[in-house]
Amino acid sequence: KKLAGRGSIRFILIQNRAGKTRLAKWYMQFDDDEKQKLIEEVHAVVTVRDAKHTNFVEFRNFKIIYRRYAGLYFCICVDVNDNNLAYLEAIHNFVEVLNEYFHNVCELDLVFNFYKVYTVVDEMFLAGEIRETSQTKVLKQLLMLQSLE
Amino acid sequence: MPAVSKGDGMRGLAVFISDIRNCKSKEAEIKRINKELANIRSKFKGDKALDGYSKKKYVCKLLFIFLLGHDIDFGHMEAVNLLSSNKYTEKQIGYLFISVLVNSNSELIRLINNAIKNDLASRNPTFMCLALHCIANVGSREMGEAFAADIPRILVAGDSMDSVKQSAALCLLRLYKASPDLVPMGEWTARVVHLLNDQHMGVVTAAVSLITCLCKKNPDDFKTCISLAVSRLSRIVSSASTDLQDYTYYFVPAPWLSVKLLRLLQCYPPPEDAAVKGRLVECLETVLNKAQEPPKSKKVQHSNAKNAILFETISLIIHYDSEPNLLVRACNQLGQFLQHRETNLRYLALESMCTLASSEFSHEAVKTHIDTVINALKTERDVSVRQRAADLLYAMCDRSNAKQIVSEMLRYLETADYAIREEIVLKVAILAEKYAVDYSWYVDTILNLIRIAGDYVSEEVWYRVLQIVTNRDDVQGYAAKTVFEALQAPACHENMVKVGGYILGEFGNLIAGDPRSSPPVQFSLLHSKFHLCSVATRALLLSTYIKFINLFPETKATIQGVLRAGSQLRNADVELQQRAVEYLTLSSVASTDVLATVLEEMPPFPERESSILAKLKRKKGPGAGSALDDGRRDASSNDINGGVEPTPSTVSTPSPSADLLGLRAAPPPAAPPAPASAGNLLVDVFDGPAAQPSLGATPEEAFLSELEPPAPESPMALLADPAPAADPGPEDIGPPIPEADELLNKFVCKNNGVLFENQLLQIGVKSEFRQNLGRMYLFYGNKTSVQFQNFSPTVVHPGDLQTQLAVQTKRVAAQVDGGAQVQQVLNIECLRDFLTPPLLSVRFRYGGAPQSLTLKLPVTINKFFQPTEMAAQDFFQRWKQLSLPQQEAQKIFKANHPMDAEVTKAKLLGFGSALLDNVDPNPENFVGAGIIQTKALQVGCLLRLEPNAQAQMYRLTLRTSKEPVSRHLCELLAQQF
Repeated sequence: KKLAGRGSIRFILIQNRAGKTRLAKWYMQFDDDEKQKLIEEVHAVVTVRDAKHTNFVEFRNFKIIYRRYAGLYFCICVDVNDNNLAYLEAIHNFVEVLNEYFHNVCELDLVFNFYKVYTVVDEMFLAGEIRETSQTKVLKQLLMLQSLE
Repeated sequence: MPAVSKGDGMRGLAVFISDIRNCKSKEAEIKRINKELANIRSKFKGDKALDGYSKKKYVCKLLFIFLLGHDIDFGHMEAVNLLSSNKYTEKQIGYLFISVLVNSNSELIRLINNAIKNDLASRNPTFMCLALHCIANVGSREMGEAFAADIPRILVAGDSMDSVKQSAALCLLRLYKASPDLVPMGEWTARVVHLLNDQHMGVVTAAVSLITCLCKKNPDDFKTCISLAVSRLSRIVSSASTDLQDYTYYFVPAPWLSVKLLRLLQCYPPPEDAAVKGRLVECLETVLNKAQEPPKSKKVQHSNAKNAILFETISLIIHYDSEPNLLVRACNQLGQFLQHRETNLRYLALESMCTLASSEFSHEAVKTHIDTVINALKTERDVSVRQRAADLLYAMCDRSNAKQIVSEMLRYLETADYAIREEIVLKVAILAEKYAVDYSWYVDTILNLIRIAGDYVSEEVWYRVLQIVTNRDDVQGYAAKTVFEALQAPACHENMVKVGGYILGEFGNLIAGDPRSSPPVQFSLLHSKFHLCSVATRALLLSTYIKFINLFPETKATIQGVLRAGSQLRNADVELQQRAVEYLTLSSVASTDVLATVLEEMPPFPERESSILAKLKRKKGPGAGSALDDGRRDASSNDINGGVEPTPSTVSTPSPSADLLGLRAAPPPAAPPAPASAGNLLVDVFDGPAAQPSLGATPEEAFLSELEPPAPESPMALLADPAPAADPGPEDIGPPIPEADELLNKFVCKNNGVLFENQLLQIGVKSEFRQNLGRMYLFYGNKTSVQFQNFSPTVVHPGDLQTQLAVQTKRVAAQVDGGAQVQQVLNIECLRDFLTPPLLSVRFRYGGAPQSLTLKLPVTINKFFQPTEMAAQDFFQRWKQLSLPQQEAQKIFKANHPMDAEVTKAKLLGFGSALLDNVDPNPENFVGAGIIQTKALQVGCLLRLEPNAQAQMYRLTLRTSKEPVSRHLCELLAQQF
């Protein structure tokens, strides 16, 4: 599938080692079969790599920037010209926010609070772009939302 | 920070999720889900109205079930209802359900527009953001139609909260990407640019992305962003590590914003304003300086954030490609990273250096790292890093280091990962050809490739070595000797047998004087491999054998014996059997002279793009960034290779005019099977009746049909009409019919159709063109019930056309029965640019009366267009390069047809050029680019068509590197609208 436009996130995936998806956020139109295929392909590509490998891997016409935290792989699919390290740290920034928000986040938090994870994502990434990078600002907003009925 | 407890607020949901997790099997899970679905359905259908909380809970359960991979076919209305709740948590679940499921149910969108409108107007920033996020997540055209006009207003409104502005900016970006036509540019654009000055860094972060996207299509409208971006960047880069507080990440001030600003600047050439430029250069230097400072933290996050900015800075420096000092500094910095202990940095340094290698300012600096890069190729653990190392070696290769690089790559090939072997083979083959000083080195290299990685040597590679050996007589003897030696190895790769067989069949005579490689020795060496080879290779060897009979009459008896053997003559494979039968007969029946003619040495191949280069490009995709693909590099390497390669006709270094567009022709796809075949060849030799069915392809064709469309020099020439001299001269035929020009014009933008029709005769055309070659089928239909006699269509080249265009025709039957149709095939080769089309003269007798008719054959120069894609900046750069007055042709003319953009587009594509989007600032205009491929030269063409609907006029501008071509194309195209 050829994708128009350049320079933005195509999707964000959080998967565990077994390949179970903990979050899938799509910034392009894919049909459901295509999504499933992408999820499986990403898992196959990323899980075979070891710690000495880079955090980047070519993927179709794109690249996956990923980092592993315990049993979870956080993957961002971007354009080949995109800045690898900026997205690698965007992942970490996101993970630190989750960690703060869920207080030592673990995989189960993402399962039981899946609907809140989407809110966190939308605060930090929107329309395939980085929306907000300040952890303080994001957490302040999340707490405010948390207090609402 | 207080932590969120598990599933707080929705106990029923948490219980359900736990149940699912506890299911021991897929069946149990499905059972549990079906139970829940039944429960929810009954609640939704029940008489009792559900409260908001229950509705939220059930919708959330449905969403969970959907995310597990099950279809959801109800609950949408309940989700929509949640949108009008005034409670945040209910609204949020409603929006989430819709954003996630919208793909599978676009009906939903229409139902929710109203709710979104209300939320956008609510002045409640939380609700506004929810609505904006929903639009951004869905991003459909319907949403664009409903909201594209409102969002700019929200974005620039003085009273919008910062978080709303952030969301609005990115929401607008999404709508603009999906449907740019729906987003009206207006006075808000200037105010968007000024968001770069906003106090809130989050707003700036979001706004830069929007501006970057908008300015790509409207660079001039957003030009003011350059100075604002530079000053913002400058403030960040020069701030201390704690100045920016919330936006400092591991002691690095605003890394993501810096990266985004640096990327925005890459949409433009260097700033024209000297002060702005000075300030920017200062920033870039500061970043480079900071890279040398000791780290403020040992954490990898610190160095990653810092280096993210550094790599983006280097990208900008490379993009400008105008500051030698910065380029060399960037190269030195990357050189340090090549040996860094972080794999990520080594990888990125190799990748970034690859682009630096193509800048004339830094090419030499990159070359100094050759040993490190070679070492990386040998020692890196991650195959993707090794691959980048191979890419970089390829990019830094020039005359001075080609031998070293090629030999290192060959050595690496022995242990290389299977995944990248083929690519390495292609690269070695290209470098060996491109930088060959003496062609014996080239031949050695390719044979080494076959020896080391025979399985990965694709057809393109060994075809290419045959082309080069065929075209260069100084290397033929060496090649024959070398393959002869290589074939002595007890186990040699089948590709070696193919190359060896072909070369000895052509040039074995050059080494036949040496008793160690006398003809019988050559033959028995080849024949010792025969039985182990595939059918294709055996077929090739049979052709070598028949060539031997011509080269070495003393081998005739032995070879005839081989051909006569039952294993050949009755071979189960049709191709082998046929070749054996034909060759045996040919060798016994034909006289020596005939044999010598039929089997004479292959003529030189017409020069065109190296098939291997094309293959590498296919593998890597467009813009793969290798130095060889880069026009500028080629311009400089041309003169390097000039000394090696004085005759432009032998090696595929493109002519300078090709560099104009910096792109090479794509390879011709496999040519359609040649209509004529060995059968006809034999028929001619034996003087037999033309009705004999055609047999298999000749061996030579078997080679070529994969590689080359038939060209006059190819063996096909043997098969073509042997009497072109019989064509009537131009003086013998009448002038073209009055409508000829009009008929011709109909075919400028299309290839198929009815060329001519009257009461007697209909002439249809079907044609296809690739590169500088074409094939045309003419269909002559007799519309009457009476036979046409002496039917003779011929092609005539008026004036100089003979030297510009070669057209080969085959004779057609002299009688065309009433109601019948005959077909004529024309092979066309464009030798150089031409202005007048060839003429088609058709003569026949109808009811005893002579009829004659002259038409213009629909072959115009644009048929040899190769479309070329390029980015806006490349287009403008090339446009500027063609600014001599004689290179431009322009016409302003009235529209003859309704002005329809789609029709215009189709015509321009039919004309042959690529249509480039996002180049012309005015979206009404059309911009195209392409290369005219002729045998002698390539002509790069750029065109621009500006419709003016009000005046019903067009302005058409052509720029090419050749004056007559510009004018001619302009005239041809102007008549189409």
